[in-house]
Amino acid sequence: MSEVFGIPLPALLGQLMLGLVNGCFYAMLSLGLAIIFGMLNIINFAHGALYMMGAVFTWIALAQFGIGYWWSLLLVPLVIALFGVMVERTMLRRLYKLDNLYGLLLTFGIALVTEGLFRHRYGVSGLPYSIPEAFSGTFNLGFMFLPKYRAWVIAASLLTCFTTWFVVERTQLGAYLRAATENPQLVQTFGINVPAMITITYAVGVGLAGLAGVLAAPATQISPLMGTNLIIVVFAVVVIGGMGSILGSIVTGLGLGLIEGLTKVFYSQASNSVVFLIMALVLLVRPAGLFGRER
Amino acid sequence: MQSKLSILIGCGLLLANVAAGGQAKAGAGKISDGIVKVGVITDLSGLYSDLSGQGSIIAAQMAVNEFGGKVLGAPIQIVSADHQNKADIAANKARQWFDTQQVDVIVDGVNSAAGLAVSKVANEKHRIFIDSGAGSTRFTNEDCNPYTIHYAYDTYATGSVTGKAVVQHGGTTWFFITADYAFGKSLQQDTTTAINGVGGKVLGSVLAPLNAPDFSSYLLQAQGSGAKVIGLANAGGDTINSIKAASEFGINKKQTLAGLLVFITDIHALGLQVTQGMYVADGFYWDLNDATRKFGKAFMAKANKMPTMVQAAVYSSTLEYLRAVQAAGTDDADTVMRKLKEMTLNDAFVKNGKIRADGRMVHDFYLFQVKSPGESKGDWDFYKLVATVPGDQAFQPLSASRCPMIKK
Amino acid sequence: MPNLSKVRLAGYGALLAAGLVAPFVAYPIFLMHALCFALFACAFNLLLGYTGLLSFGHAAFFGTAAYVTGHVVKTMAVPPGLGVLAGTAAATAVGFVFGSLVIRRQGIYFAMITLALAQLMYFFFLQTSFTGGEDGIQGIPRGHFLWMVNLADDRKLYYVVLATFLFGFVVIHRTIHSPFGQVLKAIRENEPRAVSLGYDVNKYKLLAFVISAGLSGLAGAMYAIVFTFVTLTSSDWHTSGEVVLMTLLGGLGTVFGPIVGAFAVVTLQTQLADKVGSLVTVIMGAMFIGCVLLFRRGIVGEAVGLYNRVLGRRPY
Repeated sequence: MSEVFGIPLPALLGQLMLGLVNGCFYAMLSLGLAIIFGMLNIINFAHGALYMMGAVFTWIALAQFGIGYWWSLLLVPLVIALFGVMVERTMLRRLYKLDNLYGLLLTFGIALVTEGLFRHRYGVSGLPYSIPEAFSGTFNLGFMFLPKYRAWVIAASLLTCFTTWFVVERTQLGAYLRAATENPQLVQTFGINVPAMITITYAVGVGLAGLAGVLAAPATQISPLMGTNLIIVVFAVVVIGGMGSILGSIVTGLGLGLIEGLTKVFYSQASNSVVFLIMALVLLVRPAGLFGRER
Repeated sequence: MQSKLSILIGCGLLLANVAAGGQAKAGAGKISDGIVKVGVITDLSGLYSDLSGQGSIIAAQMAVNEFGGKVLGAPIQIVSADHQNKADIAANKARQWFDTQQVDVIVDGVNSAAGLAVSKVANEKHRIFIDSGAGSTRFTNEDCNPYTIHYAYDTYATGSVTGKAVVQHGGTTWFFITADYAFGKSLQQDTTTAINGVGGKVLGSVLAPLNAPDFSSYLLQAQGSGAKVIGLANAGGDTINSIKAASEFGINKKQTLAGLLVFITDIHALGLQVTQGMYVADGFYWDLNDATRKFGKAFMAKANKMPTMVQAAVYSSTLEYLRAVQAAGTDDADTVMRKLKEMTLNDAFVKNGKIRADGRMVHDFYLFQVKSPGESKGDWDFYKLVATVPGDQAFQPLSASRCPMIKK
Repeated sequence: MPNLSKVRLAGYGALLAAGLVAPFVAYPIFLMHALCFALFACAFNLLLGYTGLLSFGHAAFFGTAAYVTGHVVKTMAVPPGLGVLAGTAAATAVGFVFGSLVIRRQGIYFAMITLALAQLMYFFFLQTSFTGGEDGIQGIPRGHFLWMVNLADDRKLYYVVLATFLFGFVVIHRTIHSPFGQVLKAIRENEPRAVSLGYDVNKYKLLAFVISAGLSGLAGAMYAIVFTFVTLTSSDWHTSGEVVLMTLLGGLGTVFGPIVGAFAVVTLQTQLADKVGSLVTVIMGAMFIGCVLLFRRGIVGEAVGLYNRVLGRRPY
């Protein structure tokens, strides 16, 4: 068995693979946060709660309505996006003229309410969701048995991230979006409905969180607390990457997942805190983040 | 701008009134306050809610009903609380119960961190706490006190009985996945002592947080160790998730998983297909004898599942407490405690049980093997009895206790 | 206006009297719980209400002080008074380190970074051995204050806690009304202007941050003595969120708002928890939403506004 720095290679690669899976979730969530921040100039604290809702709805769909994984993959993000539309239209909209801290506080409140409601209804012990038939079993990679489902998570989230990046950076729609971010008044005068655009952006951002939730459902314990614990890490990811670019948030997310995996091999006690330590370091060297601009 | 102070003061007084509660009056008459209150503190919503939780409240109520709802002419009442597996909530609740709600005894106390917190408060307030849910051996060692009884099991009993059985069947090298709090560490330590004693060897361990969302990375570490046995020093939902993740990653193909504290509800959740052949150390099984079958069926009728060792012990401890109050003729904590330690306990859970000076309730323990789906005659028919371990062998001997109350 | 100051003085007197009588009417543990959080919220308000910086990680200071106090009192047999000082000093030091890191960023970034740094502390407390991990530090002896007052008696301890709270309150009050406090307000209103007037804005903000962290620590240290245990809850992000809610609910930038908010939230958590059970979080979340959307000035702020409207004074 070959070794790297005294660590057996299979163990190293195995942890890196798991780290990559986690990194995919960081990337999808920080991507959504970045899109929303770009357009609405708020940080969506409810992002973790919406990710959790995505996972719980997937479970409910199967347990209560017999809707399987594939339909959930399509429907649940739509439901979450619709919920986002409601939140934006009824609440967030009233805050755009105020200090953007109020947006943070409001979404924090929304996060508490949803987390509390689901906790009240389902407890915290975790709801089981079995892996869809098509992905049961493992790939033998030589160094580890990679469950087919985890491989699918990596593929699906990379595809999602790439598609989002492509739409924002390389299409006409994305061009409007970027223009509206820079100068909403001007874009409005061109006859583009900016308020509608804001709503759609928020819906897409939270829809991404919902999609991440569906992907997570079979791979982890579905619990009302799964979102908030994750979102704090994602905040650190966002601070490290900076809010500047879509690509930046994807790369940072994936990278930090891998670093976490590495930490598990060499010093597993620090694996929970390594992201926060890196954040502190980045703040000392580049306060605006790796990909960010000072605003 | 502070000119609306009168409103504020009004508010303050109102809050003060809301917060006001009568102070407990001790020692008036035979039964203080004219009522005997049993507090069930447990996990009602978390990963231990299946093995204790609502079932424990039902079990305590069954004991009260069996006793006729009254002791020495005073009514018996049950109150319950959800500590959410947090030591601070448990301690605050216990303090509030003792200070303002005249609770005489607290039972269950699942989760060692929460249980130890309650035990500290009970000692400070001189009230009785009978823990059935928690497993740490600290209750009867470093943290023992005159007002705490450790009733159902501890990590010494389950860890050593299972550990020895697995080593004797060829599982000689071990790696632990350990729940990162009092209970898990205690379970790992006690099991390690036992397996070293019979020639086994521990290669390493990893701490996993309570209620970890994903056990795969810990299992990969266990896999990397090359140990024959992966010892699961955790409980409830954590054990279930570890076993599931092991089968997802194909780890159970080459290595054996040993659950060091497995409850019948865990077997029910995982199914016999996954768990068959596993060794389980338990202090109670519904299908042991006529008394256990009768209790099991009565519990089943109310809770829609068979009782775990914790739930059966909550029933038993509530019943024996009430018997002690009856025999002592008072609910004064010191007198009742003395009586409890004199009595020989006999009910559906325990046969000829004795409570030792360090607070350990000593009773027989059992080693079971999980049946295969073919052997099982139906739901909840899970265990074959392999051995009955007498109490003085299952539990840590009193001579080895590190409890400062024991004079050596 | 001499009239107003007379009213204010009468108000302070009445509050003090209520504070002195309270333990004979109410459960002293509840009162001490609320007072600890009231001090915590006042300290937090110094930062958010008067400097305009939203910290989402104040539990780090509360928790640091609680752990340090619990540790030195329990294992080194230090008297509780000194233990509280040690805890407060530790929180102040952590506040200085965090403050130096975070003070260069503002607004949302400030909130996210403080949250992440607090989570770092949380994991440190979880992993390190002196805190007891998930078990926490339990059985901290309350001991004697100045070798005379036996703090095992809830009521005696209450008066010590009340005195500590008043001390913290006066410190904050003095800070706000000092020239230093005026500069802080200027920074909150218009930072570039303050810079152009020649103030070293970051230094002022850092000092405010450190004072706030130290007083939050004082509250956490008292909490450890009152409850005789410290657990991870003390440095959990929920605790950071609670102190934000207390301040927001009571009234941002008002003197009494955080106290009102703290009593309201602690009452909800301890008195209503039996009735509403796990819905406490939902109610707290709803309060956040309500405060942000409907009454951003909080209970005290709205009350003062109403009073001024009734008297026909112009709003200020």
